[in-house]
Amino acid sequence: MLESVLVANRGEIARRIMVTARRMGIRTVAVYSEADADLPFVREADEAVPIGPPPPARSYLDASAVLAAAQRTGASAVHPGYGFLSENPRFARSVMAAGLTWIGPPPGAIEQMGDKINARNLMAAAGVPVAAGTTEPVTDPEDAVAQAARIGYPVMVKAAAGGGGIGMSAAAGEAALRQAFETARTRAERFFGSPAILLERYIERARHVEVQIMGCADGRVVALGERDCSVQRRHQKVAEETPSPGVTPALRERMLAAAVRAGEAVGYRGAGTVECLVDPAAQDFVFLEMNTRLQVEHPVTELVTGIDLVEQQFLVAAGEAVGFDPLGVKHEGHALELRVYAEDPDRFLPRPGVITEWEEPAGPGVRVDAGYAAGNQVTPFYDPLLAKLCVHGADRGEALARARDAVAAFKIAGPRTNLPFHADLLASAEFVSGGYDTSLVSRLRP
Amino acid sequence: MPFGLLTDGHEGEEPWVTEVRAEMVANVWKVVAAEGNQVSDGDTLVILESMKMEIPVLAEVSGTLSKMHVAEGDVIQEGDLIAVIE
Repeated sequence: MLESVLVANRGEIARRIMVTARRMGIRTVAVYSEADADLPFVREADEAVPIGPPPPARSYLDASAVLAAAQRTGASAVHPGYGFLSENPRFARSVMAAGLTWIGPPPGAIEQMGDKINARNLMAAAGVPVAAGTTEPVTDPEDAVAQAARIGYPVMVKAAAGGGGIGMSAAAGEAALRQAFETARTRAERFFGSPAILLERYIERARHVEVQIMGCADGRVVALGERDCSVQRRHQKVAEETPSPGVTPALRERMLAAAVRAGEAVGYRGAGTVECLVDPAAQDFVFLEMNTRLQVEHPVTELVTGIDLVEQQFLVAAGEAVGFDPLGVKHEGHALELRVYAEDPDRFLPRPGVITEWEEPAGPGVRVDAGYAAGNQVTPFYDPLLAKLCVHGADRGEALARARDAVAAFKIAGPRTNLPFHADLLASAEFVSGGYDTSLVSRLRP
Repeated sequence: MPFGLLTDGHEGEEPWVTEVRAEMVANVWKVVAAEGNQVSDGDTLVILESMKMEIPVLAEVSGTLSKMHVAEGDVIQEGDLIAVIE
């Protein structure tokens, strides 16, 4: 087994990875920017190395600073978490070239899935359904208009190299398309270093449902169930649940089989997520993209399966067998995750600040993955995720009831948070009915 | 989606001035308008960035941008003066 791991991330996910590492007897090394020196993940690590000033480009995205820290501390492995360097194949390769274990999929799989156009084409070839869309990068607005006419409006415009909903928007007609194209192109260039754009048929009233997969060291790919991520603002997830209330057993079976084919098509190893759009009326789905890393919302899968996904990542990376029976995965009960963001609960605008009070809920079925504690400063440099409030219940009704109690018991003072939004969400008839789609938040906050 | 930030209207005697202040802690990503520019209601003055979100700061009045108090790369606090429109 691995002797030590450097966690190339911050906040809640760095802390969560270290919890499992510690349990497995793996020594932990944190890296941190000047802005994060007081956060729990730095204090709790066996060793912590400062890697630069607050802007991500000069710290958490600085591959050479991260690698230097790994070598200086004698770390034997690097876990990238999500975001930052996690889907950077060059970084993965340089970790391996330095003789360290990369806790992630083969760099080639990251590369193949990182370009969304390539991923779509690859999935179509592997028999995974994809929406009508462009098979080549679109770089010219006139070409975009011609392609959209072929695909049919409404179309979704997104960065081919993108992620996180950045620069993405739907267009109902040509004028909107020209505007969406321009926005997507500038953002794509700025955030992802490539102006290539992808157009896809936009499915209205769709649910966003993803499948967790695990590629075993022996080459088998296992699907560990789905997560419904339809509660989104600005195309970014706010709450997730499993099982999805919008997926029938027959559809689930098809989705899980397709996700396994997707993983097999790229020789996947470790934890990955195949994101799909589901048309609930037609009980049909299309491939959206694959995230070649641990997903933010992985805890809901852990809660219903009892499988520690980070532990499996370590095992697979070390070339060992997974710690569960791939043929006997059982799903028990229902789990929800509520992302607690430092943002105002009405317009969802960022609200950094100093945390003066922090009291987490506890009780049966409640799990909190937090990145902060009282006294910490929430800075504007990183994403607004403070904590993930996760609950598990015997059924959806019990999970919802536990979630309501936990939201009410979570006390955070200082920065404003979206906890009041979560209280409204859990009280909304549409969410409680289970019959919601990705436009739910726009109806709750018109 | 543009989000206008808090604009403190201080209509003095003569000439009237409007101060544009930050509604939140943020980094100044881009300064779009320059001192001396004529700006109209709704024009983007600067683009802030906070928590991976771009937040355009818009003029809420028309006039002359008499002073730009921030530069690209600055970190500004809630309530800090961004610009003055006369």
